[in-house]
Amino acid sequence: MAVTLTERAAAHVQKFIAKRGQGVGLRLGVRTTGCSGLAYVLEYADEVKPEDLQFESHGTTVIIDPKSLAFIDGTELDFVREGLNEGFQFNNPNVKNECGCGESFNV
Amino acid sequence: MALLQISEPGQSTAPHQHRRAVGIDLGTTHSLVATVRNSIATVLPDEHGRVLLPSIVRYGQDGVFAVGVEAAARQAEDPRNTLASVKRFMGRGLADVAKTHQGDLPYDFVDSPGMVQIRTAAGVKSPVEVSAEILRVLRQRAEASLGGEITGAVITVPAYFDDAQRQATKDAAQLAGLEVLRLLNEPTAAAIAYGLDNAAEGVYAVYDLGGGTFDISILRLTKGVFEVLATGGDSALGGDDFDRRIACWAIEAGQLPPLGARDLRALQVEAREVKEALSSREAARFHVKLQSGDPVDLTLDTATLESLGANLVTKTLKPCRQALRDAGVDIADIKGVVLVGGSTRMPMVRAAVAEFFGQAPLTNLDPDQVVALGAARQAHLLAGNRSGDDWLLLDVIPLSLGIETMGGLVEKIIPRNATLPIARAQEFTTFKDGQTAMRIHVLQGERERVDDCRSLAHFELRGIPPMTAGAARIKVEFEVDADGLLAVTAREQSTGVTAQVAVKPSYGLSDDDIARMLRDSFDHARDDLDARALAEVQVDADRLLDAVRAALAADGEALLSDTEREAIEARIVALAEARVGTDRSAVRQASDALSTATDDFAARRMDAGIRSALAGRSIESI
Repeated sequence: MAVTLTERAAAHVQKFIAKRGQGVGLRLGVRTTGCSGLAYVLEYADEVKPEDLQFESHGTTVIIDPKSLAFIDGTELDFVREGLNEGFQFNNPNVKNECGCGESFNV
Repeated sequence: MALLQISEPGQSTAPHQHRRAVGIDLGTTHSLVATVRNSIATVLPDEHGRVLLPSIVRYGQDGVFAVGVEAAARQAEDPRNTLASVKRFMGRGLADVAKTHQGDLPYDFVDSPGMVQIRTAAGVKSPVEVSAEILRVLRQRAEASLGGEITGAVITVPAYFDDAQRQATKDAAQLAGLEVLRLLNEPTAAAIAYGLDNAAEGVYAVYDLGGGTFDISILRLTKGVFEVLATGGDSALGGDDFDRRIACWAIEAGQLPPLGARDLRALQVEAREVKEALSSREAARFHVKLQSGDPVDLTLDTATLESLGANLVTKTLKPCRQALRDAGVDIADIKGVVLVGGSTRMPMVRAAVAEFFGQAPLTNLDPDQVVALGAARQAHLLAGNRSGDDWLLLDVIPLSLGIETMGGLVEKIIPRNATLPIARAQEFTTFKDGQTAMRIHVLQGERERVDDCRSLAHFELRGIPPMTAGAARIKVEFEVDADGLLAVTAREQSTGVTAQVAVKPSYGLSDDDIARMLRDSFDHARDDLDARALAEVQVDADRLLDAVRAALAADGEALLSDTEREAIEARIVALAEARVGTDRSAVRQASDALSTATDDFAARRMDAGIRSALAGRSIESI
């Protein structure tokens, strides 16, 4: 059971947290919404709740609530550049189908 | 695959809901675009990594067209067709421009009503069109960087811009295909970039020394909103003056012979580089090779630079004193000082500002970017990507706005608490056959029925082409600007006839009134829903009665037997009786009964219609 960041993603997360000035790590999760059922949560974490699970990846703390983990276990979060555009991408092995843009998905 | 950004805790946007909004600093010498990414305001570079876009557009011979660096590169050889610093001409007439720039500009000005225009090799261009080209480049850059269309932009303008200049800026944005969420004063944007809007209430100073202009603004922050108390400055003082001083120094120190224009320009370019180098070093080499082949090789140290620029720096302090006086505040009242403009990187400027205001200015953001960064934060917020708790609470709609529909019901178009400015449109249609006018009643409130809401305005849309009921498409658009002004426009889509009314919805409503209207809407939620449901079935019943009566009058004789007609007429009477009562289910049942009874009749009318359309025509002609 784990979720990992690529080295590049971890470096960017650390840079963003430093710029933001606070944060104990990165919170990943899923919510039920969207055209295809589930949507990713990608947020700064200012606190860890007692039930949260924590992973270390390239020196960055990843925080996940136990309910979400089932849907994103094995995911690798990458940071990609497409021309001038840049951002994070979930490589989630649990996904059965997703909407065209990949913002929401089904398992 | 969309690329995701990190949100603030608990504020992940729903999929496809993230709105891409940008802040644009449309500057006199250069422009830039910024956005909030991963919850951090960042400027967006172009594909070469350049952040600043020179505000220069070239309309050359043979359709040569360039914006930014490429246009700037040809400025010297094609000055008449290379338009720089058009911001100075925005919303200005020829007389104004001639007064402030007595013949020192290479352009061929054309007088035109409202705003001066410039004749170029590619035709006459207005400052608005030129600005639109700059904005278009920034928009394209932003769309490439954010992976999609831009929802809206906040564009900054100098605090002293008047209505004509602001309107010209808005027009330029529209021409560039950008929706302006708001025009924001440049000093206010700078203060927002530093997060001063979340800081203690009080008075702040913004010191902006750019390439060619100096501006000082005194702002007061109350309840998260900035008010510009006073502005001042010098429209002919900036970093370029320092460059000229250094170039003059080089001519004297190097004992140079009289030089041509090209050499002078080379000296000025080198002067600028040396000046920038001296912001982080004690001494820098001044090295230029003249046209004659002779080298100029000198060394400039910070002490000399300071003596060269001392009186330029002093010149900025006089407007500062004046602005403080105009604002009626003391230096001691100033809570913070923000530096804007590349020239404020010079240590001598920072020192002078610190001494004048008796405190160290804020310098940790890039002074070239600070205005765009602040605009980006504002845009992020206005677009609905909330990142604060009680941000700008003043700028929301206190009560829903809507129009009256059949049955005395209110159709809400803009919901309560929507952030300003906002525009929403909805389509409506005619109720009767051949209806050529529509009366539009604008209302405010949370209740379902017209009688319980506040009436704001009435107006009429005339000239709707006669059509069957429900065929006309009338788009009613509500637009509330940043100042809370509501404009309602109704437009018939096929002919384009429009009617419009403007109102100020907050006028005459106290906080108590608003609170009472809200409380009523909660207390009466159940009644209102029942009333709405009843009114809806009544409206449906009316529509059905009208349609059936019209059909009977037209084709009743031809298509129905007497018994059939009597059966239908009996149901009409039953429905008309139920319609005046308040029993919702009775009305619905009577409606259903009538509509079932007329099914056959409707089918026969359809057949008859088709038959008459086809009669006498051969199969080939169809």
